[in-house]
Amino acid sequence: MDEPIIEALEPPKPAPTGLNIVVCIKQVPDSAQIRVHPVTNTIMRQGVPTIINPYDLFALEEALRLRDEYGGQVTVLSMGPPMAEDALRRALGLGADKAVLITDRRFAGSDTLATSFALTAALTTLAEERPIDIVFTGKQTIDGDTAQVGPGIARRMGLNQLTYVSAIDSLDLAAQGIVVRRRSEGGVQVLRSKLPCLITMLEDTNTIRRGTVQDLLRAARADVTVWSAEQAGVEDPMKCGLRGSPTVVKRVFAPSPRAEKAEMVTVEGKTPAQIGDALIDLLFARDPKLEAVVTAAAR
Amino acid sequence: MPAYTAPIRDMQFLLHEVLNIATAGVPGYDELEPDFTGAVLEAAGKVASEVLAPLNRSGDAEGCRLENGIVRTPKGFKAAFAAMKEGGWTALDSDPEFGGQGMPYLMGTAVGEIFVSANMAFNMYQGLTHGAVSAIEAHGSPEQKATYLPPMIACDWTGTMNLTEPHCGTDLGLMRTRAEPQPDGSYRITGEKIFISAGEHDLAENIIHLVLAKAPGGGEGTRGVSLFIVPKFLVNPDGSLGPRNAVSAGKIEHKMGIHGNATCVMNYDGATGYLLGDLHKGMRAMFTMMNEARLGVGLQGYAVAEAAYQNAVIYAKDRLQGRAVTGAANPTGPADPLIVHPDIRRTLMDQKSFVEGARAFTFWGASLIDRSRRQGDAGAEALISLLTPVLKGFLTDKGFETAVSAQQVWGGHGYIEDNGMAQFVRDARIAMIYEGANGVQALDLVGRKLAADGGKPVMAFFDLVKSFVKEHEADAGLKAEFLGPLKAASKDLQAAAMIFLEKAATDPNGALSGASDFLHMFGHTCLGLMWAQMAVAAQTALTEGRGDPAFLNAKIVTGRHYMARHLPATALHLARIQAGGDTVMALAPEAF
Repeated sequence: MDEPIIEALEPPKPAPTGLNIVVCIKQVPDSAQIRVHPVTNTIMRQGVPTIINPYDLFALEEALRLRDEYGGQVTVLSMGPPMAEDALRRALGLGADKAVLITDRRFAGSDTLATSFALTAALTTLAEERPIDIVFTGKQTIDGDTAQVGPGIARRMGLNQLTYVSAIDSLDLAAQGIVVRRRSEGGVQVLRSKLPCLITMLEDTNTIRRGTVQDLLRAARADVTVWSAEQAGVEDPMKCGLRGSPTVVKRVFAPSPRAEKAEMVTVEGKTPAQIGDALIDLLFARDPKLEAVVTAAAR
Repeated sequence: MPAYTAPIRDMQFLLHEVLNIATAGVPGYDELEPDFTGAVLEAAGKVASEVLAPLNRSGDAEGCRLENGIVRTPKGFKAAFAAMKEGGWTALDSDPEFGGQGMPYLMGTAVGEIFVSANMAFNMYQGLTHGAVSAIEAHGSPEQKATYLPPMIACDWTGTMNLTEPHCGTDLGLMRTRAEPQPDGSYRITGEKIFISAGEHDLAENIIHLVLAKAPGGGEGTRGVSLFIVPKFLVNPDGSLGPRNAVSAGKIEHKMGIHGNATCVMNYDGATGYLLGDLHKGMRAMFTMMNEARLGVGLQGYAVAEAAYQNAVIYAKDRLQGRAVTGAANPTGPADPLIVHPDIRRTLMDQKSFVEGARAFTFWGASLIDRSRRQGDAGAEALISLLTPVLKGFLTDKGFETAVSAQQVWGGHGYIEDNGMAQFVRDARIAMIYEGANGVQALDLVGRKLAADGGKPVMAFFDLVKSFVKEHEADAGLKAEFLGPLKAASKDLQAAAMIFLEKAATDPNGALSGASDFLHMFGHTCLGLMWAQMAVAAQTALTEGRGDPAFLNAKIVTGRHYMARHLPATALHLARIQAGGDTVMALAPEAF
């Protein structure tokens, strides 16, 4: 009699279905509650509560919406100090399925280049488990305001980058295609892309869900995966943190008010064009040099 | 339209600085870490501000309508109820075995306050269901639990309590509703019940009525009363809905307030009912529901006051009238905001110090319920049983007073319905009446609770005050402003308690004439204890550098206001009790 084959007795693991989405979020101080030190002009962070970067919530909601519609899972990923786990737990409470924090002293002082490097390493490690279909980020963070980390990740991972997305029009899982609306100067672009891709979501494009008691409880009981630089798959720590960051902050200051006062001028005219002409005439009359510069540039 | 913001910071302060739930040792509290409770309260606050509060005014103006036997709730209630269910809010502290989230009662209480403040009438649909669920959890057979609890905890089905009849409310022994036993073990219920909150509506697939009725052989009075489950739609063995039962809403009442909640006359015309708990032990089973319900009504008292207070503050900061007596506070404007005037300030401080003290008292009460249920702490159970009539009576009397005071800040505009302040007053009024009118609460306190178990629970309360005072007496500032007044109030309360214990047998009229005064002085003493505890907690947090100093300092000042200006009321109440019942009972009925 043939030996029974052990493997055959175990049912094959079902292939994961739906989308595998990772949303990169950042814990930031609640800027609405920040005060600036009157003498040193530095930000007084003490006692200021932290929040999930508000722009990231639009990305998270869009990811959750896609998961609810197409199935799959949403992982939230953050780089930060150990306390950034709070932000990840909040995201779990809003409905995310898994959370990963990469935290390491060597990440401290990262600029956008170093941050995108470390996050890319973690995303690549996550993708080994299961290929990622979409990476979401917010448009930018409220503390750094650079809007560079999302594109940085896309470039490093070789993903199509869809920035400033205001809506996702359609998604075809079988054909691995997505159509989005991207707000650009003076209009809206409709872009078609292959998956996987990276999307940075624009603000006010959706409303973050309120979160259910079930999710809040699950979040409280869930384990947040915490990775060091090595565990995240960072191969060259020199590219992380301060050492991997070419950006240098030389000075932080509050601009001092100008000495001269602004002046209000009044011109007459019946139509907007007439008013415009009258205003330009007035300005040129006061500053003939300006007229020469503008006329020369117009030619 | 009135605004509402959940007082999350104050709740967090109570949970983590005053009650110190992390170290309280109550099973289930270990999970309630500040981040978690903060997230839950924040999410509940969002539901309250975004979903429930916007329906408060419109629900009041529109009210419920009875059309062809069907009650239509106000526009938007159905969607809001669906949102509550979807968010899991209806099942927060229910048994996980039947689909609940299993959180402590304390958390359910905190979240409940937020929902009641936002929309009291709306929240009653699930609030009553919660009470009915508790009764079935406590007294139902395994089959009854399996049949009714999961859909009720999910609020797919809602619940009601049916006690009152046209000729009897407080004195249920006069009840006429009959239950005739049937060969299959069920009963046929026949009679008329009135004032049934959420008796009929369009928010749920089924409504499970818990009905008190007299079955044969039980004798006269309340001893013959049994409790029955009477579903609007009978339930098939597989849990699906069967035929309509012979129960219907004959009428909905036009009331002073809580217009968004359907208060129904329910007609039972030989309806099929199932005995819940033991035959002829219905009152006992009903009281399971009543104790929880009374705490819930006490909560309604201060929760509506909180919403009214928030809007009084907004108005007082916004409305420009007159100048501050000490010189213009808003010199570039045409006048100063109301809040600069001492009499406006006084009312705002009265409101603030009541609401925050009441919240602390209620949360403490809820924590006693958790200790009793989750730890089997008999002392906690005895104490909450003693305090239940105080929580209900004092917080609803004062809650109404506070709502009126908040309305007063709005002057003439407070009397205009469109501004919403009048609704708070009308809504708060019912809490003094239902679930046992406050006079009955006072009777329950002096007639039943005070002498219960040889007076052990009340002695335990006095010991609690005494040991708290002793523990903190070394702090001179605290002693002068908090512990001294607390000690004086507690002394007054003890003196009054002695009068009741002495007079109960010899001069019952004299004793009962002072029952309401006793309830009020008990309430003041409890709030005094709460404020002293909060002052200690705030001072500790300040010393140890936790929390927002502005909030913590305001806490201490607010407590000083209560101790200095409200706690002395115990002396007046004691004087009235000492005066006895001579003038109260002297005149013949004809003299009135």
